[in-house]
Amino acid sequence: MCLGVPGKIVEMTGGEPSMGVVDFGGLRREACLAYVPEAAVGDYVIVHVGFAISIVDEQEARRTLAVLRAIPGGLDEISR
Amino acid sequence: MRYLDEYRDPVLARALLEEIHAVATRPWTIMEVCGGQTNTIVRQGIDELLPAGVRMVHGPGCPVCVTPLEIVDRAIAIAVRPNVIFTSYGDMLRVPGSATDLLTVKAAGADVRVVYTPLDAVRLAERHPDREVVFFAVGFETTAPANAMAVLHAAQLGLRNFSVLVSHVLVPPAMTAILDAPGTRVQAFLAAGHVCAIMGWTEYEPLAARYRVPIVVTGFEPLDLLEGILMAVCQLEEGRFEVENQYARAVRRTGNAAAQEAMTKVFHVSDRTWRGIGEIPASGLALAPEYTDFDAVTRFEVGGVTARENPACVAGEILQGTKVPTDCVAYGVICTPRHPLGAPMVSAEGTCAAFHNAGRLTPSEPTP
Repeated sequence: MCLGVPGKIVEMTGGEPSMGVVDFGGLRREACLAYVPEAAVGDYVIVHVGFAISIVDEQEARRTLAVLRAIPGGLDEISR
Repeated sequence: MRYLDEYRDPVLARALLEEIHAVATRPWTIMEVCGGQTNTIVRQGIDELLPAGVRMVHGPGCPVCVTPLEIVDRAIAIAVRPNVIFTSYGDMLRVPGSATDLLTVKAAGADVRVVYTPLDAVRLAERHPDREVVFFAVGFETTAPANAMAVLHAAQLGLRNFSVLVSHVLVPPAMTAILDAPGTRVQAFLAAGHVCAIMGWTEYEPLAARYRVPIVVTGFEPLDLLEGILMAVCQLEEGRFEVENQYARAVRRTGNAAAQEAMTKVFHVSDRTWRGIGEIPASGLALAPEYTDFDAVTRFEVGGVTARENPACVAGEILQGTKVPTDCVAYGVICTPRHPLGAPMVSAEGTCAAFHNAGRLTPSEPTP
């Protein structure tokens, strides 16, 4: 139920409440952007029941992966 | 897809599992609260790859599962009215009421429609001014702001033919109820990432301190869950009980202010009955006084509808993590996803359906 899918904002269409178009790996859908007022085209957002609920923090996303890759065994096998 | 595929990397998953095995020296019991997380854990077999003593118990975080039977019965009573278009998220349609379910009444002619977003229900009300459009507003904190926006938008448009049947629940009071339950085995929680995307994690800090339980805000992909489990095990081993955030790419400490504002405008906190668990004080949301015109229960006078559970179903114990589906005599025999006795067998996020879809057998069945 609380499923949220990350997608990229490709268009802001405005309106009340403010809407936009989000691209999910090629599939595009309208989403309400009222809860991410600071979002801009190109941002990745987590979309739940047609509402963007959070902007994906790219720096944190990279940091999480870097932490995981630093676990012994992880990095070695990946770089091979 | 970006931000999904990289969190499903099997090599990193193996490294994380090895790390969990290296860190865990004692048995620990960890509850994942959210049904979406239960689905990933069971489908990927994460629980079966953990060290023998590290047990995952599956929590009550499936809104479909905890919506009280009488609310399902009220939904059905409204949906069968001739002038009504009853709209709902898809997962609610097969939830068994006392006598029938929404999908069955739809097959018999009721106008029941699945919507992707509550704004679609508002659009239907705009397009059909001569019909009453009702939206089944269920869900946790993740979904409440979306449902709140539907009400705000309908109010702004001056729609008098739109109403909501509200059954909103809140996560922290349920966690408190689980920790207060006699004989609880839960020693740490993975908190639901998308609930925290809305609410942040400040309300979990007093919980962690008071009950001395580690709480790790966790995402939904396999690597998220494995890292969340690792963080919880590390805290347990070190005797710490803090709130940590594994899902940092989506969750900030104070959550989403705009979403919280809409939510508190339209809803206020109320007592709620959880299916299978009972009433938990201050554990849900109801329409705020300014928006009671949108309350479907009063509009259709279905407040008197009461209901009775199927006695064979152990949903309550499943939802509190004291039983697993394979402990239930009905599981897989008279209760299947096609013919569910209780709600946890309905939604893919229900623990029973997650077990059944992953082919988990009852202990008495021989392994093929």
